[in-house]
Amino acid sequence: MAIADTTATDDRVADRPASAKKPMRLFRNLMPKLALTPMALTAVVVFLGGTIWTVVYSFTSSGLLPRLDWVGLEQYDRLWSTTKWIVSIQNLALYGFLSLIFTLVIGFTLAAMLDRKIRGEAVFRTIFLYPFALSFIVTGLVWQWILNPDYGVQGVVRSLGWESFTFNPLNNPDIVMYGLLIAGLWQGTGLIMCIMLAGLRGIDEDIWKATRVDGIGTVKTYVQVIIPMMRPVFVTSVVLIASGIIKLYDLVVAQTSGGPGISSEVPAKYVMTAMFGGQNLGQGFAASSMMLLGVVIILVPWAFLEFGGRKKRV
Amino acid sequence: MKLTTKMLGATAIVAASATAANAVEMEVMHWWTSGGEAAAVAQFAEALNNNTDNTWLDGAIAGGGDVARPVMVSRIIGGDPPAAFQFNHGRQAEELVEAGLLLDLTDVAEEQNWAEIINPPSLLEACTYDGRVYCAPVNIHSWQWMWLSNAAFETAGVEVPQSWTEFVETVPALEEAGITPLAMGGQAWQQNGSFGVMAIALAGEEAWLAVNRDKDAEVARGPEYARVFEAFGAARDYSAGLQVQDWNQATNAVIEDTAAAQIMGDWAQGEFALAGEVAGEDYSCLPGLGEVAVLDTGGDAFFFPVTGDPEMEAAQKELAALLLSPEVQVAFNSAKGSLPIRGDVDLTTVNECTQKGLDLLAAGQTLPSGNELLSPDTITQLNDLMTQFWNDTSMTPADVQEQYAQIIESAS
Repeated sequence: MAIADTTATDDRVADRPASAKKPMRLFRNLMPKLALTPMALTAVVVFLGGTIWTVVYSFTSSGLLPRLDWVGLEQYDRLWSTTKWIVSIQNLALYGFLSLIFTLVIGFTLAAMLDRKIRGEAVFRTIFLYPFALSFIVTGLVWQWILNPDYGVQGVVRSLGWESFTFNPLNNPDIVMYGLLIAGLWQGTGLIMCIMLAGLRGIDEDIWKATRVDGIGTVKTYVQVIIPMMRPVFVTSVVLIASGIIKLYDLVVAQTSGGPGISSEVPAKYVMTAMFGGQNLGQGFAASSMMLLGVVIILVPWAFLEFGGRKKRV
Repeated sequence: MKLTTKMLGATAIVAASATAANAVEMEVMHWWTSGGEAAAVAQFAEALNNNTDNTWLDGAIAGGGDVARPVMVSRIIGGDPPAAFQFNHGRQAEELVEAGLLLDLTDVAEEQNWAEIINPPSLLEACTYDGRVYCAPVNIHSWQWMWLSNAAFETAGVEVPQSWTEFVETVPALEEAGITPLAMGGQAWQQNGSFGVMAIALAGEEAWLAVNRDKDAEVARGPEYARVFEAFGAARDYSAGLQVQDWNQATNAVIEDTAAAQIMGDWAQGEFALAGEVAGEDYSCLPGLGEVAVLDTGGDAFFFPVTGDPEMEAAQKELAALLLSPEVQVAFNSAKGSLPIRGDVDLTTVNECTQKGLDLLAAGQTLPSGNELLSPDTITQLNDLMTQFWNDTSMTPADVQEQYAQIIESAS
């Protein structure tokens, strides 16, 4: 597209004999380019440079300080033979899958309900969005207390007379990830709801009128007409949710610190513990390189489909 | 004209800094932020401000060693080092020394005769790399303690045990009385630390040193350690009734007599004192689980980064000497509840348990701490393994022993 634009302007310039000098391409739109330079440099040096540096040093035996002492794939060997890493990956997969689905479903349902022009919409919107204003650390601590068997939900229900009631996810290795998931959803769905609501508001009123004329039910309209029209909104939401899943760390630290045992460990926490607790930078770099690889494997085909496809359509 | 004024100004600044030559502001970084700890570190600050021309600039970092250490390291690597910083005794600073980033204190050590006054000598060894001294040890903390609630055993109708073996015999009576026999927090370091205590007490010093110092995996696979893992597995069952995270919550269960005992370092005694309990009456203590009376000697030491500034260097050496002086040692360790690193001083307030510790130190019944023998990397691996075992009842002592031996085998 950019190329097409340039040739078009070039033609116009050539048509006009008065402006004899052809402006150089490099200096066209100079101000925006200047303004973009710092960000471009940051992206290249900090993100790309940092990434390459990390991957390179993951092949060394760096301990407390980075040093170029090559050990080949030793760090990766150790990584994949460590139970904690395997558990971390499984936990992240479970959390990621459920978090993605439930955030989208709950976020959209809440937004659709608010969009029905209910009374006190602003109040509900604030209430739903409010948890997002809290950091993961606070969220984690709050839910640690709510899920505490003695003082939280279980304690309250038991004190109401249901003595055998048991709801103690944070101390049960089998379901601890669901305890984290509840807190994560509580914190994150509000934002997705707001984005979805903005998307719903962007739908033309005439669409609704047309479906009403055709006699299509509300739910069917949502599923078959509105949701396909909101594709860009869903893409934004998925990107936001996915990046939140990958960096899942502070919630775990605050709520369970990886416990009981190692049953709620996540990859980001593995990286932090290896680098700063264990003074083993090489191992931490290897683990973070694997995280990057995972993101790339999932993201590249998807981005290709999503954004590559659109270019062809235009 | 302009240039002259500038030069005059520059000269004035140089002159000003020259007159203040002896007063250096020393930023000291540490992670002592709890009440008792802050009171203790204030003793250092006071000593520095009163005894020298230098001033103490407090660089406390909240969140414990794992948070503070990376901050300190990045300050040092980044070329903006503090005047001094706290690390634990042991191998945490090994690489900084190798990289030549830390000040050599050998002349201070020789002048102050550290080789004579520091007890146990292993603390000075932990500061020594290739024959040069790089840190000033300031206190001793030991893991080798079991704390027992006298009232809990009374409720269960049994005598307060004098050893781990006796303790095991009282377990059925305790459980019958509805008391959790052993309190254990949910954090990995607590479980791994308790295992270390049980290993010294039940496998004996020799086997423990063979595994931790010589990294002998055969001993780790052997029958002595098998006994330790069996006992550790049993301890897992003893603690099943209590679900707490932090070590002080577990200590609190012992204080409230809902749990009978806890294996925890001497810092737990601060909690008993805070609750107004009296050693010998309300609670008892068993160094080395009453089996092998020996203390491991962990604790804290101060390191001094190289700054290239001769004035700072002189001030750093002055501070190093000051930290080990008898008055400062007494004031600091009394406030912190730790043991002094020199045997020739008397603490102001000593209870029955602290006295037991001091006696063991005086008798030379000490071992180096796990931190001194194992790298932080290995300790992290062991933490993970022990906490996995502790929380996964399908894992047998034999499984964990084999994995333990593998970690020891690959340890450096």
